[in-house]
Amino acid sequence: MARFLPAEAFTAPEKPHDLLPFRFERQASGVLVSNMVGDFVTLAPQEFDRLVALDIAPGDGLYEKAYAAHLITRQRQQAQHQLLALRLRSRMAFLRHLTPLHLFVVTLRCEHSCPYCQVSRQSTDRSRFDMSEETAQRALAIALDSPSPRIKIEFQGGEPLLNFPLIEKIVSKAQAAGKRTGKLIDFVITSNLALLTDDHLAFCKANNILLSTSLHAPAELHTNNRPRPGGNSHELAVKGIRRAQEALGRDRVGALMTTTERSLDNIEAIVDEYLRLDLDGIFLRSLSPYGFAVKTKQFQRYDAKRWLAFYQRGLRYILDINKSGRYFPEFYSALILRRMLTDRPIGYVDLRSPAGIGLGALVYNYDGRVFASDEGRMLAEMGDDTFALGNVATDSYRSLVMSDKLVGLIANSLTQCAPECADCVFESHCGADPVYHHATQSDAVGIKPLSEFCARQKGVMRHLLDLLDNSPEDTAILRRWGGA
Amino acid sequence: MLPLYGFADAVHGFDPASPRQVVRLRAPEHGPADSADAALIRDPHDLEAAMAHGFSSAVLLGKSAPASDQIPARRITLGDNFAYLADGDILGFHPATKRFRTLYRRRSSHNSFLVTERCNHYCIMCSQPPKDIDDRWILREIRQALPLVDKQTRSMGFTGGEPLLEWRDVIEMLDECRDILPPTTVHVWSNGRAFASSEITAAWAALAHPNLTVGIPIYAAVDTVHDHVVQAKGAFDETVLGILKLKDKGQRVEVRVVLHALTAPHIVDTCRWIARNLPFIDHVALMGLENTGFAIANDATLWIDPMDYQDQLAEAVDTLDAARLPVSIYNLPRCVLARSVWPYAAQSISDWKNDFLPECERCDEQSRCSGFFTTGRPRYSRGIQPIGSRR
Repeated sequence: MARFLPAEAFTAPEKPHDLLPFRFERQASGVLVSNMVGDFVTLAPQEFDRLVALDIAPGDGLYEKAYAAHLITRQRQQAQHQLLALRLRSRMAFLRHLTPLHLFVVTLRCEHSCPYCQVSRQSTDRSRFDMSEETAQRALAIALDSPSPRIKIEFQGGEPLLNFPLIEKIVSKAQAAGKRTGKLIDFVITSNLALLTDDHLAFCKANNILLSTSLHAPAELHTNNRPRPGGNSHELAVKGIRRAQEALGRDRVGALMTTTERSLDNIEAIVDEYLRLDLDGIFLRSLSPYGFAVKTKQFQRYDAKRWLAFYQRGLRYILDINKSGRYFPEFYSALILRRMLTDRPIGYVDLRSPAGIGLGALVYNYDGRVFASDEGRMLAEMGDDTFALGNVATDSYRSLVMSDKLVGLIANSLTQCAPECADCVFESHCGADPVYHHATQSDAVGIKPLSEFCARQKGVMRHLLDLLDNSPEDTAILRRWGGA
Repeated sequence: MLPLYGFADAVHGFDPASPRQVVRLRAPEHGPADSADAALIRDPHDLEAAMAHGFSSAVLLGKSAPASDQIPARRITLGDNFAYLADGDILGFHPATKRFRTLYRRRSSHNSFLVTERCNHYCIMCSQPPKDIDDRWILREIRQALPLVDKQTRSMGFTGGEPLLEWRDVIEMLDECRDILPPTTVHVWSNGRAFASSEITAAWAALAHPNLTVGIPIYAAVDTVHDHVVQAKGAFDETVLGILKLKDKGQRVEVRVVLHALTAPHIVDTCRWIARNLPFIDHVALMGLENTGFAIANDATLWIDPMDYQDQLAEAVDTLDAARLPVSIYNLPRCVLARSVWPYAAQSISDWKNDFLPECERCDEQSRCSGFFTTGRPRYSRGIQPIGSRR
């Protein structure tokens, strides 16, 4: 029998170490380090200094930690690079599906008059603010021209049910085209459900259309936040959700909340309302600085710090509900966790780089103008055309998406190379939001230390990491949400 | 334990100069279907039947071979300890030395063919220590045996040594295997390094075998630890590359981790690394140590009581399961495992080297338990005890 070699024989420094790219942030508990694909490891400050100086050797514990985390490799090795390359490729694979989302603003009219509305509603006077059939036709042609093999058409408003005949026409034309071309097409109607009829439901059922709505709680808050003639917006929303669940199935209707100042102290009541209505989770969102939200100063009433406190309190409450055995995810955390715990490609329009404007979604306004995002449309209603890409009357899919304007906005805002973002330890799980930064700082790149978007993202990720590190019970739930 | 090789007590009618032969055993009443078929004879009735059905070869079990003229001309007489042999089993036989090996047992679900004893690893716990010899005859013998294997065989393994050292020959053999036994699930146990070559991986993928899996060991998330275990510098890098190339070609890959004192203490880190970096592999097997071969020589380096990594193993399984990676525990009895991982514990030990201890008779879980290896010098955990009401 040949002699067996001791461990030291395999640790001799005949192949020197090299550093691989990583990002870091000094924190009270140590240095948080993330590798090229966003795996996190926390090092003591001295460990971090030794890593940077490559003052490490197999067997010292730090070498093992750094090697397993892809922070170092050895010369002439390939596997470390290949693993990072394929994982990065997987994470960025959402780029293979160009423009999967198409929003049709079929009318700007709405019978609600919500003060925070991010879309400027108009009176219910017909002719001027409805999308014409011709405009819809041309918009559909552009949507069908996007290369993605599966697209989602979302009907927006205003209140889209006010122009339901147009929805019916678009759905039937889109389906015929889908049959012809093999493109898969999903449909969503975003509605306040106040005007929902049995005929609407029958059509949704027949065409497998999802409904999405807004729901606040308690009832009095919803009714105040979302005023309508009769003062019964909450009652109608709840009734609409129940009818839709019954007619279409529990998983075919979703509700979104929007955080207004008054929601901040009511998160438990909001969650309870979602549970009572048997909804399959909740999305703790923040208010965006667009449309009426700016005009009515709603946007300025709470800042990132207060929102994070609200988020943490809400998440705590939701995690405790999950602990008692009910699966009820907070969708925003679930999205971030999928990014942090897996390499699945996630093209969520508002949190990706390259940004989702145009490449992730196009918005066809009632008047035929095309915008790079829903928020871009809201800015245009306020007189800012930065994100207006063209008009369905004169443009094609290619001319919109390849326009210098869009390419410039996306190229300039890449988190992979934007100041602050490029070095941020959370970069792998974050995204570029040129519309937000343009709206708040008149600069699509933005100065990130002044950005509430940035503060919210970092705050959410730090909080989730803290739970993953220190709370095994929560971790079990968070891992399920993230699918890892 | 079943003896899988030995020497014939007597041989008649074989030219001692003739090359190695493959012999398939047949129940006498079935008659010969192939020139390799020999009647399996246990008593005078069998002998009569063999003659009546025209056998010219026979394998006689037991020393009391009948002294009769009415007997097949070519015959091999085996001792009583080979009484387990049955209709459909296949032997490899060397007339010059009278040495034979049981290559295949039709009723067993643990048939594996040793392809070579050569290896480019020298694993510190190897149960089948490698030999640096020219043993290409083994593969020729396997290729003779394959057409005789029962077409209903559900699964079959090819082991080594490192089977891919003579990769062209092995791939040619697997190509035949796919045509001869298309529904049979095939496992090949390799150290994976050959697949770092795109040429070999392309040839492997070109087999287009419908049920082929390659099982490849990864012993740590760190190169130096893995290289030490397999006693080969650069092994980790090539093995990982090999796995990536196989998956790039859509081939089925199982990752295997043998648990001992060099690997078990890091098993959580290793599995976290697998879940994060190789989530696309098809199965992970976490395997108790078979205390034989080099494992005995390196006992001082390798022995760790499974009770001392019970919690880590449970966490490792949980990590893989949460990442939706199929995972199994092999070779560890249930009494040393956390209850949470019992559903993952398989009855993995090949039937011919598998047994239980006297106290197992009083255990409620015995019928679902892996039991123990009988090979080498078994070492038993302090945690072994009957489970449940019959204690």
